[in-house]
Amino acid sequence: MHEVIIIGSGPAGYTAGIYTGRAGLNPLLIASSVEAGGELMKTTEVENYPGFPTGLQGPELMDAFRAQAERFGTEVLLDDVIEVDLKGPVKIVKTGGGKTFEAKTVILATGAAYRELGLPREKELSGYGISWCATCDGFFFREKTIAVVGGGDSAMEEATFLTRFASKVYLIHRRDSFKASKIMQERALNNPKIEVIWNTEVSELLGEGKLTGIKTTNLVDGTQNTLDLDGLFIAIGNDPRVWLVENQVTLTPEKFIEVDGRSSKTSLPGVFAAGDVIDPTYRQAITAAGSGCVAALDAEHYLSNLK
Amino acid sequence: MAAKNVTTATFQADVLSSAKPVLVDFWAEWCGPCRMVSPILDEIAGEHGDKITIVKVNVDEEPALAQQYGITSIPAMQVFQGGEVVKSIIGAKPKPALLADLSSFIN
Repeated sequence: MHEVIIIGSGPAGYTAGIYTGRAGLNPLLIASSVEAGGELMKTTEVENYPGFPTGLQGPELMDAFRAQAERFGTEVLLDDVIEVDLKGPVKIVKTGGGKTFEAKTVILATGAAYRELGLPREKELSGYGISWCATCDGFFFREKTIAVVGGGDSAMEEATFLTRFASKVYLIHRRDSFKASKIMQERALNNPKIEVIWNTEVSELLGEGKLTGIKTTNLVDGTQNTLDLDGLFIAIGNDPRVWLVENQVTLTPEKFIEVDGRSSKTSLPGVFAAGDVIDPTYRQAITAAGSGCVAALDAEHYLSNLK
Repeated sequence: MAAKNVTTATFQADVLSSAKPVLVDFWAEWCGPCRMVSPILDEIAGEHGDKITIVKVNVDEEPALAQQYGITSIPAMQVFQGGEVVKSIIGAKPKPALLADLSSFIN
């Protein structure tokens, strides 16, 4: 039986691995088979992670996190958790690769998944003009006209990044101001290829088999418009990934995993949670990492009380 | 077993004229999810190589092929049979999901 199983491999998961590893707990970290490293694997330059004054690439940062966790004995498994039973003193974790593990404690660091617009045919057109990953797909939109939907840091980053390829980038946002950080906003607003469409939502996806445009609705005066597009990048935020545990641990009304105060303690003994899956507010690499540290220390404390 | 790299010059022989179904993995160095899915495809090739051939197209080196097959998102995996695309899989997926997508070719 494992002392600790960590589910997730973003900054929270790997930091929990570093701390529980250094505590001699030989953690097993189940990283996912195709999304190991989490959200930062899809970003480019990370400029605000302390300790790296000149910035570094998201995937580079995550490789370093992983190496540091492995240095202290964290076993990283590239597999997907498909089922857990966390209620008893022995926690059961099953993977898509057909393995079953047991542990005394589990740290949930499953992060958040891209939010969809919720429009008809959104799935069908994904990969055919609709994209969720600017760094993966920007390349295919050289000299094309595209739009980014959203108003946060990731929307600003994607719009700015995509101007390397596209001839024109519309930035469509529901409100009349962005919630993105000032530096990211300024970069987008000062970019001559970016045109902001305020107070507007995407109301329909156009095109058969391939996106050719969108219909938009102005939320102030209700006017509708059609925009011809080659690509649409959606960056409207994330939802906590809780499907594994939603019937076992208590969630907040917003569907995040509920934790006790500033700790990582969930409603179940021996089950801790960290990172974006508990955080409706900050959602930064550094806050997730801090949260992973909290979970590791809580798990360590819980284990020492079992003895 | 690493999948063979296919180019415009070899696409006809390696893909379009193949007697066996061929899965073409459109990928690039800078695509993180592509790097994750690549070893899974190698495993599938090792286990089911008698039924399906798996090859790679580097979209950086072969933009014309990517354009010809309408690729706008990678990883994109297209299965060719008799010179036609008969199945499209978009995005990195875990091995069981890929095996399910490919079940009609490998079972």
